Amino acid sequence: MSPDVRTIPQGQQELEQHREQHTNGKGIKLPVYMDNHATTPMDPRVLEEMLPYFMEKFGNAASRNHSFGWAGEEGVETARERIAKLVGATTKEIIFTSGATESDNLAIKGVAEMYKEKGNHIITAVTEHKAVLDTCKRLEKYGYRVTYMAVQKDGLVNVDELKRAMDDKTILVSIMAANNEIGVVQPIAEIGKFCHERGVIFHTDATQAVGKIPIDVNKMNIDLMSISAHKMYGPKGVGALYVRRKNPRVQISAIIDGGGHERGMRSGTLNVAGIVGLGKACAIASEELEQEARKLAGMRDRLRDKIMGRLDEAYINGSWEHRLPGNLNISFAYVEGESLLMGINDIAVSSGSACTSATLEPSYVLKALGTGDDLAHSSIRFGIGRFNTEAEVDYVADRVVETVTRLRELSPLYEMAKEGVDLKNVKWAGEAH
Amino acid sequence: MSYSDKVLDHYSNPRNVGSMDKASSDVGTGLVGAPECGDVMKLQIKVNPQTNIIEDAKFKTFGCGSAIASSSLATEWVKGKTVDEALAIKNTEIVKELALPPVKIHCSVLAEDAIRAAIHDWKKKQEVAKPAAVAVQ
Repeated sequence: MSPDVRTIPQGQQELEQHREQHTNGKGIKLPVYMDNHATTPMDPRVLEEMLPYFMEKFGNAASRNHSFGWAGEEGVETARERIAKLVGATTKEIIFTSGATESDNLAIKGVAEMYKEKGNHIITAVTEHKAVLDTCKRLEKYGYRVTYMAVQKDGLVNVDELKRAMDDKTILVSIMAANNEIGVVQPIAEIGKFCHERGVIFHTDATQAVGKIPIDVNKMNIDLMSISAHKMYGPKGVGALYVRRKNPRVQISAIIDGGGHERGMRSGTLNVAGIVGLGKACAIASEELEQEARKLAGMRDRLRDKIMGRLDEAYINGSWEHRLPGNLNISFAYVEGESLLMGINDIAVSSGSACTSATLEPSYVLKALGTGDDLAHSSIRFGIGRFNTEAEVDYVADRVVETVTRLRELSPLYEMAKEGVDLKNVKWAGEAH
Repeated sequence: MSYSDKVLDHYSNPRNVGSMDKASSDVGTGLVGAPECGDVMKLQIKVNPQTNIIEDAKFKTFGCGSAIASSSLATEWVKGKTVDEALAIKNTEIVKELALPPVKIHCSVLAEDAIRAAIHDWKKKQEVAKPAAVAVQ
């Protein structure tokens, strides 16, 4: 049977039909998805490009002796070119992985093992993704020394402090390009330049940045860079690691051994369809990034103005100036994040509240900014993406304002603050809780 | 996380939201929890000094949906009960009524604490008020 390519779009149609049935008076389809840092919907152009690679062009890209393999390989190599082009790399510097978590693991563990004769010190920051932090923690068990740098109030790493943290045993600096919670964009070009002057390898987790803001591995002196497909309108389960080949040549030990795929750095049969999807997502970004960034920043600013213009004591978390175009992270004082999410349950966003996490601890990223646990509990992350509309932004703003207002009427803290009580001086009965 | 219908109902239509004059001698106020823990409950009761019956109850809560529901339910339950009957309310009954999952049990504990704190506050006021009442007689 020939592949029935209509099956998948029909599934989408069903979701669309479902959403059509749940529209509000203004014609907005509900629920509204505004959690594009968690994942993005796939661009239909990406899906279209991938479909032939499931059934017609199913060959193993490593099969060198027949046309099935060649077709797979061609898809993979086109993708490699497109990714390389987006970030200013060469094709031989792109290694495919299962996603950014694997790329982070491969970069950090790979350098740690390869350069262990040279040194055992790694520098990273407390606001990194857990894929970086937990990898570093594991390395500490094996005798590596890790400096977890504090960040400034705006979420930015202080480059002078980073310089001071470096010593002659430092082999790697890993600082993310853009933060997944607060969208803060780190001065990676400056960090890269300094690392190169000192002969230290620089890795950046660019999961949230690639495809959203311009990244050039040469201009920014990046040696290793983690990339994910599903944060940029591609499929889940595929990513890449950029590994610099010259000026300087960076080597890493593999963590997955096997058939010697990807220049021996990452064995395992390639996820051809996924890789093709990642490639297409990058090709689209190369064409549209600049225009899209402007559009998203415009919508993001509109959302901020519509919310903050109507609510007092709402605070933006993280630097406003150095921020991803689609990110808005706000703490609404006196309102707990999970109850806010419950009130806006026709909108998909995230909260830094403890109640939304498995650990019952509020966001470690917000805590690192010195936000205070109370405001960390009150935070909401909005992630505006390619498929959001201005009408959705207006709807989300209205719902947030209305729900925060309602919950504040319900909040003893808001009442006390209005009565002039300084909440910081109250002796809370449950402080041991 | 999915919520039970009862939690959703209390969250959407909280009962007895509001505040009473905390300086009033027949009002007891309980304020429990802490902002940095993500939960603060204020529960107030108005007690008839002759009968010891809780005639009215109000609450305000900063916290998740389960915390709001637990305190809303608590105000419903204490109303019409005597102070001693209200003291007998157990957090496990709130857990059962609202079908709270294990991670939300602390919300019910806090609601029980709030009831106790409000009654304690009221009792303290009565002890202070008593000699004055005798003097009037």
